[in-house]
Amino acid sequence: MKTNDVILQTVTKVTVFIIILFSLRLFFSGHYTPGGGFIGGLMTAGALVLLLLAFDLKTVANILPIDYKIVTAIGLLFAIGTAAGALLFNVPFLTHAFDYFTLPILGKTSLHTAVLFDTGVYLVVVGVTMTIIQTIGVSD
Amino acid sequence: MTLLHWAILSPFLFAILIPFLYKAFRKVHTGWFVLVLPVVLFVYFFRFISLTKNGETVTETVNWMPSFGIQFTAYVDGLGLLFAMLITGIGALVVLYSIYYLDKAKEQLHNFYVYLLMFMGAMLGVVLSDNLITLYMFWEFTSISSFLLIGYWYQRERSRYGALKSMLITVFGGLSMLGGIILLYLMGGTFSIRELVGMSDQLVTDPLFMGALILILLGAFTKSAQFPFHIWLPDAMEAPTPVSAYLHSATMVKAGIYLVARMSPIFATSGVWIWLVGGIGLFTVFWGSFNAVRQKDLKGILAFSTISQLGMIMSLLGIGGAALHYNQLDENIYMAATLAAVFHLINHATFKGSLFMVAGIVDHETGTRDIRKLGGLMSFMPITFTIAIIGAFSMAGLPPFNGFLSKEMFFTGMINVLSLDIFNFETFGALFPVLAWVGSIFTFVYSMILVFKTFTGKYQPEKLEKKPHEAPIGMLISPIILASLVVIFGFFPNILSDRILAPAVEAIVPSLIADGQTVKTEISFWHGFSPELFMTIGVIAFGVILYLTLSKWEKIYRVFPQKLSLNSLYDGGLRGSERGAYGFMNGHMTGFIRTYLVYIFTFFVGISLFSLWYNNAFSLEMDEMAPIGIYEVAVALLLVVSTVMILFAKSRLTSIILLGATGYTVSLFFVVFRAPDLALTQLVIETVSVALFLLCFYHLPKLSRHEERMGFKLGNALIALGVGVTVTLFAISAYSTKLFDSISEYYIKNVYEEAAGKNMVNVILVDFRGFDTLFEICVLAIASLGIFAMIKLRLTRRDEG
Repeated sequence: MKTNDVILQTVTKVTVFIIILFSLRLFFSGHYTPGGGFIGGLMTAGALVLLLLAFDLKTVANILPIDYKIVTAIGLLFAIGTAAGALLFNVPFLTHAFDYFTLPILGKTSLHTAVLFDTGVYLVVVGVTMTIIQTIGVSD
Repeated sequence: MTLLHWAILSPFLFAILIPFLYKAFRKVHTGWFVLVLPVVLFVYFFRFISLTKNGETVTETVNWMPSFGIQFTAYVDGLGLLFAMLITGIGALVVLYSIYYLDKAKEQLHNFYVYLLMFMGAMLGVVLSDNLITLYMFWEFTSISSFLLIGYWYQRERSRYGALKSMLITVFGGLSMLGGIILLYLMGGTFSIRELVGMSDQLVTDPLFMGALILILLGAFTKSAQFPFHIWLPDAMEAPTPVSAYLHSATMVKAGIYLVARMSPIFATSGVWIWLVGGIGLFTVFWGSFNAVRQKDLKGILAFSTISQLGMIMSLLGIGGAALHYNQLDENIYMAATLAAVFHLINHATFKGSLFMVAGIVDHETGTRDIRKLGGLMSFMPITFTIAIIGAFSMAGLPPFNGFLSKEMFFTGMINVLSLDIFNFETFGALFPVLAWVGSIFTFVYSMILVFKTFTGKYQPEKLEKKPHEAPIGMLISPIILASLVVIFGFFPNILSDRILAPAVEAIVPSLIADGQTVKTEISFWHGFSPELFMTIGVIAFGVILYLTLSKWEKIYRVFPQKLSLNSLYDGGLRGSERGAYGFMNGHMTGFIRTYLVYIFTFFVGISLFSLWYNNAFSLEMDEMAPIGIYEVAVALLLVVSTVMILFAKSRLTSIILLGATGYTVSLFFVVFRAPDLALTQLVIETVSVALFLLCFYHLPKLSRHEERMGFKLGNALIALGVGVTVTLFAISAYSTKLFDSISEYYIKNVYEEAAGKNMVNVILVDFRGFDTLFEICVLAIASLGIFAMIKLRLTRRDEG
């Protein structure tokens, strides 16, 4: 059966980027406004799912040759690394630090180690969701 | 983090590099890289001797979870240092030996050395931790790495069996030990060993004391393969020989001994400790040596011999504990036993290490370890033979080797038991020297079997797989070094006394050592015509007779019924529990998700309502409730309608869409109640899960309408109703009961000040409750791997079939 999904595919090509950008925005703004690693990760996964729906698994695997299990692993490393990194400064496991810096363009900004931890959450969420969806999708 | 912490963690960090080194330098044996680390660490720890010699200790603390009293406290004293040097010193020799033993073309070296380094780090952590929780963590790491090492040749069924057995037994002991640690914490309010030692006088009167004592001893006995937990050690011999030499004779099995020594100041004021440790240790001496004689496999003999020798050190520590029981140092005859224990610890590591390596060489060069096939190898391997003679004679307790000295001290300790007055030692106490003496005779016999059945007698080339020849020089270096140590310590035992032995003994009996006082540790080679000497002469005389008449009395081993042995008890227990688990599972696992949901919801309703009723927590005050607005009513109606429609949906597609509608409606609720984070999450999750459904929807079987009986449907309706009512009751009761101020006030105050964030939800997620998040993502990762494995495995099996 030949399916006609030109509209879906065309729309997807544009919207995927918008969704991913929005998810990144959500991720970075998490500390002050709604968002964060969990939602950001889910939304990125949502964008990828849209790709999967519009195109098929093989095409998407060609465009994004990513092993999502490794993404999960990297995410866990990030999270555990941030948590264990605190030990290096002789403060309890999972103590975060932050400070204010003046950066070019952005001006006065606060930088947090929590972002690193959140990056871990983000990557794990993307990795897990995509691993599950891909394996179930391929299963037949 | 200080240098000391890095030293403990360095093997773990180095292990991460191993796979890369293995891939990058295929031509070089990975062992050469690994060798660097234990050598460096040994030199590093060697420098501590000058400190501990003067009775000084080093304590470095890193905060881990300080609010729970859990810290990574590295603590170096005489005892810890002695073990650390054994671990790194023997470790270096074993790695060197393994380079020649394991073929780089055939073996999976990257796995091997990762496990070995993991083990080394774990072991260092055990002996250098002051915090009991840290110690426990490293302790279980040794169990796991030992499991991996025993199962290294995982294609062999025996390896897997041995690995599982050792893990089941040692982890069982480890868990008991954790219980003991928690009891200690309840009694003393701290996990720090040093602080607990300071409180030993109060602890002994605590009602929990006896429980803690027994649980901790279970941990020590399982790890050190004491009777009746010794059965895992012979099966652990399926590991490659370097591993056996390292883990199962020199280091890991001594962790239990370390624990007993470390805990002695806390527990040894109680007579039970002395009785249990001394008695079980001594029975293990006898039982191990008695059973070693019947073994036909070289490593089997060594395994039982290790059990027996560990028992010897254990019993000495038990008797040495009497010094703490009587609480005096002057003229204390029991101190000699502690000294003997520490001395034999070193001696055992040297001679048993070399003997294991000899067994490995014989296996490597002839292809067999069966003493019935071996014989007459002396002329082919003169150097190996010499090493074997030195090791075995030391093990048998013959002069002039170091084993002789500690054997004599062992006898001294056991004779001193006669003057103990706890637990009626006048009657039972007499058993101690007798058992020790009989055990030593069997020790003599198996030591002789080990050497002479292998190296002398008839050469039987037709039974050997390879033509025997001397081992390559690299393989001989390590056993030669160990054998020379055997000789050196035999002739000059006092090079160890002040530097190593005295600080270690002082660490075991800290309360007895006043400032400036030191333990007398003079070890003399010749100690006059004492009872000990006559005992040794008796051992040799009887031993020779028994060895020569071995074939005549060997039959008594067949008298023991095989069915009653501990091994068959273990096997039977394992089989029984497996069958029980299958039976239990088949009884209630139907494979239908609705059955499971029935279980879950019934329990949920039952337990929740019961606890509400039991705590008298029903409280339905409606006055404080917020008014219900038009939005809430509308959204709730939408929710009810979409949910009810699912029940009557005819096709799967409709129900998926309706389910999505329910989810979106719930997120509308969040919007109404101004929780944007939750609403966003719910929306995206709903989208993704509906998409997931649609992805695999095509492949799902047709929605089958089970024509269930009315009763079943009614039951389901009842459960559904029950869940709804329970949740509602809970929600209203929780809202009407305000025992505490809402925690939100705390977050509102502190979120910006402490974490510099304005989004409370996110700050709680990453900061205040970061631990939860960390574990949650771990669970997520495990779940995804589980799904991956399940589906992929099924796919490959289908492809094959």
